[in-house]
Amino acid sequence: MDGHESARDVYRQALPVVLVSLVAGLFAGTILGSETMRSGIESVPGILLLLPAFLATRGGVYGSLGARLSTGLHQGLIEPTFELDRRLTNAIVASFLNGMAVSVFIAVITYLSLFLLGRQGSLFELVGIMLVAGLLSAVLMLSVLITVIFVGYRRGLNPDNVIGPVVTTLGDVFGVFFLLVGIYVVGVIT
Amino acid sequence: MTVLLGDDPSAGDVGTEAADADVTTESVDADATADRKSPDVPVVDEWSISRIVRTMVPLLAGLSVLQLISGTVLETFEATLLQYPALLVLLPVQIGTAGNLASIMCSRLTTQLYLGTYEPRLSNPDVRANVIAVFALAGTVFGLVGVAAWAIGVALGGDLGLARVLLVSILSGMLLAVVVVIASVVAVEVSYRVGLNPDDTTIPIVTNVCDITGVLILFAVVSVVV
Repeated sequence: MDGHESARDVYRQALPVVLVSLVAGLFAGTILGSETMRSGIESVPGILLLLPAFLATRGGVYGSLGARLSTGLHQGLIEPTFELDRRLTNAIVASFLNGMAVSVFIAVITYLSLFLLGRQGSLFELVGIMLVAGLLSAVLMLSVLITVIFVGYRRGLNPDNVIGPVVTTLGDVFGVFFLLVGIYVVGVIT
Repeated sequence: MTVLLGDDPSAGDVGTEAADADVTTESVDADATADRKSPDVPVVDEWSISRIVRTMVPLLAGLSVLQLISGTVLETFEATLLQYPALLVLLPVQIGTAGNLASIMCSRLTTQLYLGTYEPRLSNPDVRANVIAVFALAGTVFGLVGVAAWAIGVALGGDLGLARVLLVSILSGMLLAVVVVIASVVAVEVSYRVGLNPDDTTIPIVTNVCDITGVLILFAVVSVVV
């Protein structure tokens, strides 16, 4: 990063990361545009309303966990092993709580916005969908993120360079997919 | 968002920032743990559950409320989106790429600020390199995405023509690049002048602002073109 880098250098360095998130975005988009998802969007009012917030919080919750673990590893505060010490457990539990709390919060504000927009919505349905999608994302993101960071760190990869693409890719693709699962599960229950 | 503010602007670890994530991280803990040795400073446990939750939940809740702006736009375009699946395919890429480009731009500008090579003028070769690179990246990504979204859209049963999908994708992508450049420069400049560490403040703010603007621009273009 020192000295002057030409536009070409910047382009070359940034392109791989941008392309990874492009491919992820296309996967997510394909799920979003699928027939099943479109009928889900049609039948449950509010899905499009909560979509950007739901996707953005994946990055917020698990990106910050990644950054925290990375800092902890660099500082020697945590060890790259899968034994649960206090710091690691706390960080995982806290991210889980964050993810679930924010998912429910999103369902509630979506319901309120639907109300303000003068549209009908079901709070039960929205909370249910967000709980299912939030829970599944938490399980997947926590296990993959921790594995990638620890295994990568032991092999000499700087976790700081890995977290971004991992969180963006998995968060987008599985975020949309788990949303679809949530719609399905709640649809079966109700 | 205020939880991010008020950090020491002279933090020394800035030069190593990688231009990667569009994640809204809080790097507050990086500085706090460094000077724990001194015994008369009360030790704050950065790894306690309640502290992590109390720092993050208000921030995430605030961002969710902000993201409802783009959600509302999507909801208004529901009929168009359901009719043309190619536009739904375009959507996650549009949301993700804006934030990515913004975080690359901010992180580079911030590093240059600390290295002393930063000056917000187009005559500055570093700034010019960043700006050209952002436009080139946007052109590459949104060109590819336009073709891919069209093909997937056709496969999913849509009937929007290639020319129109490509026009929507590239036009909105280029407008987005303009927003990314302006927002990044303004954010870095403002947080520097106010005395905040741009590493802590700019990425979360600018990525979210660009994500939201990305959706707004996409649908401004859609309402004109489609």
